[in-house]
Amino acid sequence: MNYVPNTDADREAMLRVVGVNSTAELFAAIPAAVRDPELRLPGPLSELDLRQTLSEMALRDGDPQRCLSFLGAGAYNHFIPAVVPRMIGRSEFYTSYTPYQPEISQGTLQSIFEFQSLICRLAQMDVANASLYDGAGATAEAVVLALSASRRHKVVLAGTLHPEYRQVVWTYARELGLEIIEGGRQGDAGKVSTEWLRDVMDERTACVVVQQPNFLGCLEDVAALAEVAQRVGALFVVAYDPISLGILQSPGAYGADVAVAEGQPLGIPVSFGGPYLGLFSCGEKYLRQMPGRLVGETVDNRGQRGYVLTLQAREQHIRREKATSNVCTNQALMALAATVYLSYMGPVGMRRVAELCLQKAHYAAERIAALPGFSLAFSAPFFKEFAVRCPRPAREVNAALLAAGIVGGFDLSRFYPDLADCLLLCVTELHTRADIDRLVAALAREAAL
Amino acid sequence: MVPKDLKYSKEHEWVRTEGDVAVVGITDFAQSELGDVVFLELPKKGDTVTQYQTFGVVESVKAASDLYAPVTGEVIAVNDNLLNEPEIVNKSPYEDAWMLRVKMSDPQEVDGLLSAEDYEAFIAG
Amino acid sequence: MSEEARVVEPTIFELSRPGRTSQAVGACDVPEKELAAVLPGVALRQDLPLPEVTEAEVTRHFVRLSRLNYAVDLGLYPLGSCTMKYNPKVNEEVASWAGFASIHPYLPDAACQGALQLMYELQRYLCEIGGMDACTLQPSAGAQGELTGMLMVRAYHREREEDHRRIVLVPDSAHGTNPASAAMVGYRVVTVLSDVSGGVDLDDLRGKLNGEVAALMITIPNTLGLFDENICEIARLVHEAGGLVYADGANMNAMLGRAKPGDLGCDVMHFNLHKTFSTPHGGGGPGAGPVAVKAPLAPYLPSPLIARRDASDGQAAYYRDFDRPQSIGRVRSFYGNFGILVRAYTYIRSLGAEGLRSVSENAVLNANYLLAQLRGAYDLPYARRCMHEFVLSGRRQKSQGVRTLDIAKRIIDYGFYPPTIYFPLIVEEALMVEPTETESKATLDAFADTMLSIAREAVDEPEVVREAPHNSPVGRLDEVRAARHPVLRDQG
Repeated sequence: MNYVPNTDADREAMLRVVGVNSTAELFAAIPAAVRDPELRLPGPLSELDLRQTLSEMALRDGDPQRCLSFLGAGAYNHFIPAVVPRMIGRSEFYTSYTPYQPEISQGTLQSIFEFQSLICRLAQMDVANASLYDGAGATAEAVVLALSASRRHKVVLAGTLHPEYRQVVWTYARELGLEIIEGGRQGDAGKVSTEWLRDVMDERTACVVVQQPNFLGCLEDVAALAEVAQRVGALFVVAYDPISLGILQSPGAYGADVAVAEGQPLGIPVSFGGPYLGLFSCGEKYLRQMPGRLVGETVDNRGQRGYVLTLQAREQHIRREKATSNVCTNQALMALAATVYLSYMGPVGMRRVAELCLQKAHYAAERIAALPGFSLAFSAPFFKEFAVRCPRPAREVNAALLAAGIVGGFDLSRFYPDLADCLLLCVTELHTRADIDRLVAALAREAAL
Repeated sequence: MVPKDLKYSKEHEWVRTEGDVAVVGITDFAQSELGDVVFLELPKKGDTVTQYQTFGVVESVKAASDLYAPVTGEVIAVNDNLLNEPEIVNKSPYEDAWMLRVKMSDPQEVDGLLSAEDYEAFIAG
Repeated sequence: MSEEARVVEPTIFELSRPGRTSQAVGACDVPEKELAAVLPGVALRQDLPLPEVTEAEVTRHFVRLSRLNYAVDLGLYPLGSCTMKYNPKVNEEVASWAGFASIHPYLPDAACQGALQLMYELQRYLCEIGGMDACTLQPSAGAQGELTGMLMVRAYHREREEDHRRIVLVPDSAHGTNPASAAMVGYRVVTVLSDVSGGVDLDDLRGKLNGEVAALMITIPNTLGLFDENICEIARLVHEAGGLVYADGANMNAMLGRAKPGDLGCDVMHFNLHKTFSTPHGGGGPGAGPVAVKAPLAPYLPSPLIARRDASDGQAAYYRDFDRPQSIGRVRSFYGNFGILVRAYTYIRSLGAEGLRSVSENAVLNANYLLAQLRGAYDLPYARRCMHEFVLSGRRQKSQGVRTLDIAKRIIDYGFYPPTIYFPLIVEEALMVEPTETESKATLDAFADTMLSIAREAVDEPEVVREAPHNSPVGRLDEVRAARHPVLRDQG
């Protein structure tokens, strides 16, 4: 199968216009020794054969819609209203590109403007960009912003920040000559100790990065941590869960300087880890250091309101090596999904989703903690995820659950060796009481062993 | 338009000396090359600038240019009006759009700058 | 916002009316507790100022917005260096299947063998197409691929105790992300000049190569749409000086099955799956920027890679390999833009080797055919045969009082998306045209007629061109106002 419309007759006519005898002549600039190499790839497939082949691969992944799962840990199954895929599936959105010509790109531009506005309202921050790749990348870019805004070189990362986010910060920072401090997790509380933060902060610290709720599901004392960070002039960067903001105080309200997030929960499927959506917002005073695209409102020569890409002189295509970031595009289609999702959910829907997650997670936690041998690992309040201590290594408990047709929780030993018997479970509005009871029953069998 | 009484750098800054104080801005040629100026980044009062080193940035919609100090010294005044109304740089590059007043640490540096005639020849290519 | 501005489409906030509530989710089937009981001492939010609209209003709003966009599914989108080819619908459908779209990234290997197999095979296909030995699918976009590649270059030199190499050479025709990415890795960028034929100026290159050079970043074919005949010599010179060659694969569409960057002497390269492999551009993303390398750089690839083992002992055949002690680390969460990888994989499987060669053949033929029709009416700064795209200069029209920007806006009136303009920077009044292989001769003829007609208008009625577009939803927008007084969110 291919998607070339020209016929042999077309090609003949075109070659005559070009003035060559064959298409091979068009590639004459390529040195003969390396031209037209063998390409060992499987043969072409018709659309029908293709679907059958791919369908077999997809089925090897089981049927995720039937399989009960309590995995979260940075990628979350939430309800996706039908209107979201319908809107982002419009050709006019998904087969267009970066709105270089604003006169015929107002659909993308206005939707990004609305996205920026919605993120500002959700996080209660001054300005938001048109999005970045993912939550981890947005976190790393926030660190880069803090370094440039503060002209300092020390970064403090909470040990309760998603380990993969910390890894990405390390990768981005590895050649920038930074000092990175990680840690601060209080054993039983599951959150960062304010005293620890006070001890590691100094006048050289560019920023502190925490997550709310944190990777372990616990709620940090964000207001107190922000105060400690800002007292020495460091920026307070928070990575939030956008769903939690249906209930929890917003980053703007507790004084975050930069608020980033993984926007995937806002109408985007888990899709084995991507494509996702990096949300990035900050205080007005950091606008010029902000990475990524920005859309602004203006007027056209007919007196109509319209939108354009703006403040582009910060960006790589103008600044080249002096740009605030090398980011070229955004995740426009994913941002559109979040825009449609937030518009459709509205304040009532967002609040209700957050309440359902909260209530169901607490119902599950209470039931599981009541099982012999099981207990909640941490004392801090939590939102939709919580860690449970198991009577056996988490790996074994997960294996037993899988045998019962349940994908259990995230085995915390992968990132926290001291938590080898802890499972991080995620419960959202998608889980019914029956689902939770089924998990509890399966765990009860483990407890009885 | 290249006023006779000023000195110039090859980076298109102009200097007017008032005793040991240098008043600094960008030339009419520079502003017309940039187009509509939309944003400036300038140092703070009390900062030190060094001859031929960058002291700020001027941006138009499609371009960003570093600003280079034509002299060395301490910044004793910054034209804050430009931050709110960058269009002044286009309208009045030699008068209202002065950017810095610098107390020169070595007033002789000015002698090494271009005269109006030399600068005119320089921009004529 | 000034009072007099007329509104084309209200914002979602202007459509909001208090009291309209979402029916998305409702009853709770577990006993509900007081918030204060489950969240003791936790600060809660007071207000949540989101729009209140019905599903029908949401639908109409975004459908109306979509109609203000131009898109590949509406017609030719000849945006140079962006490869706006047709996006096959089967790719979209396959990526939406639950077995791909609904699987969690932390599933155990045994529960996601299909996804891992797809990724493993895509790594191998990209190596085969690029002439490379190993590949990571992790980078989210071309720019992140560049960053990944340059981090590996730095790790490679450090391992050889050559970390004093801190210069990266970038041709003056390069895309802006190249120098920006090199700078993020702590490299100093030195520009290499182009020669009169549009290739790298070998004398300039020789003069800038020394023991401080870590790498040369080069786009093949280059952003002028030209294949640099000296490419093997360029790579040889860089290697001789101890540097590495990074290939920016943005223009791989011209090369599919014609030449492998690895064979040309490149050590590391990125692919843009959203260009070469037909995944949609999504209004600006998501894309994907896998990076492939020669064996000496393989140890530094991001972790994890997807690997395969003998499964006779009952273990899963495909697995995530985290045991990579020399890896540069991770450049994003999880494993990359998997949904985009599915689409690219589907595309490669549907075309096979033969189909991919047909892509480059027709992409290059289409570009040359269009160029042959336009070269009389517009200046062609590098008068050579082109690859998949070509760069014209509007300097003749500029002397007639019509700028390239005006030409671009006028193209809109004729129903096409304009080419890339004012890039590459080394061409005055540049117009960069990339038709792609999925356009027919008839479409190219119609576009050529448009361009010739505008060239005539530039002489006969320049004001029509200068005031264009006339038929678009909005007219020319005031970008100066947007930048001087930024309004970046609704003012409600």
